[in-house]
Amino acid sequence: MEATVTSTENEGKVWSGGNKPLAASYGKMMMWFFIVSDALTFSGFLVAYGFSRFKFIESWPIADEVFTHFPFAHGQELPMIYVALMTFILIMSSVTMVLAVDAGHKMKKTKVAWYMLLTILGGAMFVGSQAWEWATFIKGDYGALETKGGRILQFVDQDTGKRVAIADFAQELPGERAHHTRKDGLWFTKEGSLPSYSVNEVVAGFNAHDNILIRTEFLNEEGEKTVLTRSESAKKIKDAVLVVEGANLIRNEYGSRLFADFFFFITGFHGFHVFSGVVINAIIFFNVILGTYEKRGHYEMVEKVGLYWHFVDLVWVFVFTFFYLV
Amino acid sequence: MAHDTHKLAIFRGLLKFKSNEQKIWGVLVFLSLVTAIEVILGIYKPEMLDVKIIGMKALNWIFIFLTIVKAYYIAWDFMHLRDEKGSLTWSIVLPLVILIPYLAFILLVEGNYIYEVMRDGFVSWNF
Repeated sequence: MEATVTSTENEGKVWSGGNKPLAASYGKMMMWFFIVSDALTFSGFLVAYGFSRFKFIESWPIADEVFTHFPFAHGQELPMIYVALMTFILIMSSVTMVLAVDAGHKMKKTKVAWYMLLTILGGAMFVGSQAWEWATFIKGDYGALETKGGRILQFVDQDTGKRVAIADFAQELPGERAHHTRKDGLWFTKEGSLPSYSVNEVVAGFNAHDNILIRTEFLNEEGEKTVLTRSESAKKIKDAVLVVEGANLIRNEYGSRLFADFFFFITGFHGFHVFSGVVINAIIFFNVILGTYEKRGHYEMVEKVGLYWHFVDLVWVFVFTFFYLV
Repeated sequence: MAHDTHKLAIFRGLLKFKSNEQKIWGVLVFLSLVTAIEVILGIYKPEMLDVKIIGMKALNWIFIFLTIVKAYYIAWDFMHLRDEKGSLTWSIVLPLVILIPYLAFILLVEGNYIYEVMRDGFVSWNF
């Protein structure tokens, strides 16, 4: 078999690899192949999210009520602002990446290095923001009860119509059970952290405060969560079996369990891409500084990692839409 | 190399830039603008956009449309598909444009069907 190398013999010939029908180098083609397959992986994730959401369309959590936090702005409801900022950071780092590629075409070594550095900083900032977003999501803010059937019951104030945290009304009851650790009792058995209040304490607090109502997962015609009347709430709270605070892979206080699962998987998989992008960018950055591409005569490697980096940005555009907007 | 020449016009030639660098900043301004529109719509959620079109709110259709617009400019200008050969561009874009909507269509129809079974079935899911 003949190797696909351009030589004087086969140059310009269609067969024997004499020309490049797509006018792209091998490495660039492979990067594009990878991007196409990775795009299909991500669309698989997002479509699975859509499937689960359509399956639980009348009880899916409202993203605007879940992601309302902004660093240093405690107690304020600021939906979307934080993710919008994250989106902007990622688009900005995409721009510095294109500028690096552009400087590479002009063989300006220092300019490429500076733009690569800015790109790495932008990527690191994005991953950091995502870590904060995760931490806030895992911590939760109001707390909720879970029923036998796995439904989440949240609480609102009758007078203001605003959400109430269980810590604000739950009563301390004496004689509750203690956290079981390895040092007491059975060998090598322990349990995860207990919620700050027990179901009985929340129920006692509910009975003591007449203005607390239960908000169910279900959406009414206006697309808002249904709030039960006081008598319905008193009936409903009897079904509660668990106190849920924050989110994990098994249950979350925001509503449907799958919501948190998809949040962790999709943004996690994307964050992993950003992280590996930062690492690859750093490697290329050092190569630029060492003058590897200057010696090679072209900066195509910068262009190739650039493609990957823009792809990560592209995926975020879709994650942003389907997780936070729609 | 082929990419020494850049096509510097966007919006079907409506907007022409003098250099590639300038085009990058122009695209950034456009992308930020689209994101800002999305965020403002997402915060205020105008009621007139609650009308349903093919089973989904008009607002959600707008979001999806704006997302695809952004994706187009990221792929065409940042990933410089605009400067590549047509055969390369379409061999990348066509499989995605065909497969992803198809997958989305079948799975969303299926999800909706399961929702109806759970709503109208004889099993109680809310206890």
